Formats: sequence, structure tokens, C-alpha cells
Amino acid sequence: MEILWVLAIPLLGGVLLALFGCRRFAPELNSLMSFATLIAATALTIRVINDGPITALNEQFFVDSFNVFLVALTAFVGFTTSLFSRPYMRIEQDRGKLTVNMLRLYHSMYQLFSFTMLLALLTNNLGILWVAMEAATLTTVLLVSLYRTPASLEAAWKYFILCGVGIAQALFGTILLYFAAEKVLGAGGNALLWTHLNGVKGQLEPTVLSLAFVFLLVGYGTKVGLAPLHNWLPDAHAEGPTPISAVLSGLLLNVALYAVVRSKVLVDGALGNHFAGNLMMGFGLLSVVMAAFFLSRQKDVKRLFAYSSIEHMGLTTFAFGMGGPVATFAAMLHMTVHSLTKSAIFFAVGHATQKSGTQFIADIRGLIQTNPTIGWGLMIGSLAILGMPPFGVFASEFMILTTAMHSYPWTTPFLLVALGVAFAAIFGKVQTMVFGETTGQRLPHPPALLPVFAHLALVLLLGVYIPPYLANWYRQAVALLG
Amino acid sequence: MTDFSGQIINLCAALLLLVAFGMLSQRRVLSLINLFAAQGLILTISTAVVAYSSHQSHLYYSAALTLVLKVILLPWILHRLIRKLNVKWDIETLFNIPATMLIGIVLVIFAFNLAAPISQMAGTITKSTLGIAMASVLLSFLMMITRSKAVPQVIGFLAMENGLFFAATSATYGMPMVVELGIALDVLVGMFILGIFFFQIRETFDSLDLKHMEKLKED
Repeated sequence: MEILWVLAIPLLGGVLLALFGCRRFAPELNSLMSFATLIAATALTIRVINDGPITALNEQFFVDSFNVFLVALTAFVGFTTSLFSRPYMRIEQDRGKLTVNMLRLYHSMYQLFSFTMLLALLTNNLGILWVAMEAATLTTVLLVSLYRTPASLEAAWKYFILCGVGIAQALFGTILLYFAAEKVLGAGGNALLWTHLNGVKGQLEPTVLSLAFVFLLVGYGTKVGLAPLHNWLPDAHAEGPTPISAVLSGLLLNVALYAVVRSKVLVDGALGNHFAGNLMMGFGLLSVVMAAFFLSRQKDVKRLFAYSSIEHMGLTTFAFGMGGPVATFAAMLHMTVHSLTKSAIFFAVGHATQKSGTQFIADIRGLIQTNPTIGWGLMIGSLAILGMPPFGVFASEFMILTTAMHSYPWTTPFLLVALGVAFAAIFGKVQTMVFGETTGQRLPHPPALLPVFAHLALVLLLGVYIPPYLANWYRQAVALLG
Repeated sequence: MTDFSGQIINLCAALLLLVAFGMLSQRRVLSLINLFAAQGLILTISTAVVAYSSHQSHLYYSAALTLVLKVILLPWILHRLIRKLNVKWDIETLFNIPATMLIGIVLVIFAFNLAAPISQMAGTITKSTLGIAMASVLLSFLMMITRSKAVPQVIGFLAMENGLFFAATSATYGMPMVVELGIALDVLVGMFILGIFFFQIRETFDSLDLKHMEKLKED
């Protein structure tokens, strides 16, 4: 029942905002719907923690401790981002960058985007998972081009075509998976249900499954932003409105990686070797290294943090690829802290670019002087994302690195160098933006800083103390993923 | 009887491959849309024949869905779009069609090799056509790479979806109905969004040529 609420509220929100999105109260309605989604997600989480995995509606929906933590995270970041988008979008509108109709489109699509992500997470059917992932692209493509500038149109086109082609590969992978499943489970809708597949994964044809996984990894990997399929990501993040950059980076990438991990569980069961893990480690390591070296060349602050997202998603993919209890635990923790930290950074960056009127790093100066909270938010957020103790990213990166040293020692130099290069690049650039003489102007609406510091406080908390129920929750998920 | 329908399915597969090559070399936007509609029609016929010979009644629904969506609705939307965008008589300059065709042949051989082990495992009467399905996916991919205008690129994208659909029918007698409906919905919504998008692009760039869009590059 809770599952239906989690899905129905954002869907209803999408319809309501399509009708009333041009009214003055639309941003508040958007936050309200996201808040209602968060409440439903919390209820679902509590139920799953107490009762264990549940299925609903003829097993079409399935929740276990792995996806419920992502559902909770998605609903939470969805809500805080809607709080941030309230003043942000009002300022954009006051400056004449957006018309009322664009805002209506934005608010409606924001809710539908939440809906597609939650559907992708909650569905038990791998075919519907594909449909929801594609729908997530479709809902955001017009948001990336919201400003209608030449650069934003180009970014949106690239996003649409690259993700569309990528996800077509994932469809082929799904077809192959169904082909293998049909032999064991028989034709019909049940052969694509993950719970059924998981039960018979040992009997699935290994050659077909390994081929299927290659296509699924390439397909969903395009959406995760794994190198060399990441080309759409920096453009889409830089050219869209900042709240969209925050949810793309903090949530969509996670959901795509979730799809990969779900498939990996099946393939591991069928193959009985480390084929899927090796592929994921390879793509992950390549993304970490590639992104780290691109970071220092960035001139646009949103592109800078988009590349940082590629780096962190690569690291998470690498950790999931290594497998084993510690690495999987670390990967899930990293997913959580990255998504909280990165969205907090995008909130701070969003207001910083509005104050300076530009996204060029060279033209943003002295944030601490005009608005200490934005400046400190950006500074602390950057330190957190760079893996400084005592923040949560440090804890997860530390666990990933120690596991890598233990199991795959040859990867450690690559990871350490990449993390070092990333540190130098991001820290150097953030410092010039935060300190120095200011160029900023006052914002017509008070910036939303509560989400920034709420996220950073949570990341700090996760760094020093993981509450026992959360650790337990992660451990259950680790046991499921094997 | 099954022999005869098997022949028809193979004929459809061969025609599908021919159309894929036709799209690769076609320079007129209008003819491309007609080729796309023809591809949809071939898909409909082959799906219906598979449904008839294998007694899979749910395949009749997907054949009907294909007919409505890919033979009638999408080509109609595309025709309207190119008329409104005034690109109906557009001719694209393609460089080196023979080379593209040769690459296409290599792709077909590659697809057949890739599909061979899987088709041997398939129990469907259409298993020999899986290679062709993969080949048409790869050929549409090649088409998207070689085109620089927005409309042909999108037709390539839709043709790729056709190839995937054909792969699903030939390997497994089609995906579960709920998934197929979902995919059809995505394709339709995607088409509407692209329609809006074409106008935005033309408004901003005064042209649908994607060569204007090369600003976002790493330097």
C-alpha cells in the first residue's frame, strides 16, 4: 500500500502542476508534493525495516533493503532540492530568464521525473525498469533545454541522442535476459520479474547472460556516466537549471547504477565467476582516472562538479564490481554520501552563479565576503566531496581503498593518483571562488541554505557515526547482493 | 504450413535488411520517412505471421500496436513535422555512400557472427532472423553516426527501435505485453518531445543542421 502512495503522489503532483504550474504558489506546491512523497517513502522504509522485503500488486513491485534505501534517499533529496528550487527559480524568473509557461513545464516535469525514478527503483519487472529509465530521460530532456540558449539546446540534444542510443543497448540486454529466462520460467510477464529470476539464477544460460550483461552495462552505464560513455553528462549538468543538475547528479546516476547492480546479481548467479565484477571494475577505474584528469581543465563551475560526479560514480561502480561485504557496504555508503554532498554543492553553486551572474570560475570571486553562508557551504561541501575526514565520503573512500589494496593491489596507485589530482584541481578552483575580493550582487530572494547545511550535517554524521539501524540496513542489503 | 510461414518470415527479414541499407543511402528526408513506414509495415506482417504460425495470440496485439504506431502514427507525425518545418524537400549531402555501405556489410557479418550462438539456442521458428535483427540495429546506429541533420538522426533512432523489436520477436516471440506497451509509450512520448525540440532548435539556429551545434567541446 505504501508503495502505491510513493508512486501516486509524484504522479498526481505532475498532473496538478501541469494545471496550476503557472500560479504564484507553484513552487510551494512542488515542495509540498515532494514532502508528501518523502512521508510516504519514510512509511515504506519503516515497514520494510520492520517486516523485511515486501512485494505488492501481483509481485509487480518489490522492495528490499537495497532499493528502499535508495527510495528514501531519492525522496529526501527530491524534497530538499524542491526547497532549493523555490528561491532559485524565482530569481531566474525575476531576471527574465524564464517565462511562466517554462516554469509550469519545469514544475510538472520535476514531479514526473521523481515518479519515473521511484518507479524504476520499486518495480520488480526488469522491462518496466527499462521503460522507467527511458522515461526519466524523456522528462528531463526539455528541462536541460529550458533556457533555450544554443548551448542548452545542444546539451539537451546530446543528452537525448546519447542516452537514447545507450538505453537502446540496455533494451537489447533486457531482451537477451528475457530470452534466457523464458527457457526456465516459461513465457509471459513473470519471466522478467527480478524476484523470480533471482530464484532461478543458477539455471540461466551463462553465455546469453554474459552477453546480456555487456549490453546492460553499456546501456545503463551511459546513464551512470561511465567513461567513455559520459559525453552527455557535463553538458547536461552545466546547461540545465541548477536544481536539475542537483537531481541528475545526486539521484538519476544512482538509479541507473542500481539497474546495473540488480543485473549483476543475476549474472553472478548464472556465471559463478567474476566476469560482471571485472567489467564494472574496468569501467569504474577508467571513469575515475579519466574524470580526475579532466577536472583541472574545467572553466565552468558546474562542469567541474559534473566531472566530479563521473569520478564518484566510477568509484562506486568500481566498489560494486569488487564485491564482497566491505566493498559493497562502502559502495552503498558512497552512493548515499555522494548524492547528499553533490546536491548540497550544486545548491551552493546555484546561488553562487546567480550572485556572480556567470558560471565561469574565473569570474566568481569572494563568495565569503558577500554571503558567508554560500561561501562556506561551497567550501565545506567541496572538502567533503574531496574525501576530507571527518565527512562520510572519507569513510566510504577509505573502505573502498583498503579493500582495493587488499584484493586488487594494482588498482590502488591509479585510485590514489586520481583522488590526489582531483583534490588539487577542485580545491584550487574552489579557493579562488570563495576567497578574495567580491564581484557578487545581492539576490532578490533570500537563498535557500537550509538544504545545503542539512545535507552537509548528514554527511558529517555519516562520517563519524553510522547509526546502528542504518548500518544494519546496509548489511541486509549487502547480504542480498552477495 | 509452418514451412510456408517460415519462408515468409525469412522474406520479411531480408526485406528489412534491404530497407536498412536503403535508409543508409537515402538522402531525401521525405523518402526516409517512407522507408521508415515501410520498415514498420514489414515488421507488422512478420509479427502477424509469427503469431499465426506459433499460435501466440499476444503477438497479434503487438502486430496491431506496430501497425498503429510505426506505420500510421509516427510517419504521420514526421510528415506533419517536416511540412511545418519546411524541410520536406531537403536533400542531405552524404559523403561517400559506397564506403558507408561497405562498413554496413562488415557490420552485418559481425552481427551474424554475434547472433549465431544465440540463434542456435532459440526454440522459435524465427531463430535464423536474429542475425538480421541485430544487423538492422547496428545499421541504424551507423546511420545516426553518418547523419548531421536532426530529422534523419531521429529516424535512425526510431529504426533502431524497430530492429530491437524485431530481435525480440525473433528470439523470444516478443516481450511481455506490459513491457511492450511501456516501450510504445516511451517511443510516442519521445517523438512528441522531439517534435517540440525540432522547433526549438530551428528557432535558435535557423536550421536543423546539427553542424551548428559544436560549441560544447572539451578544450
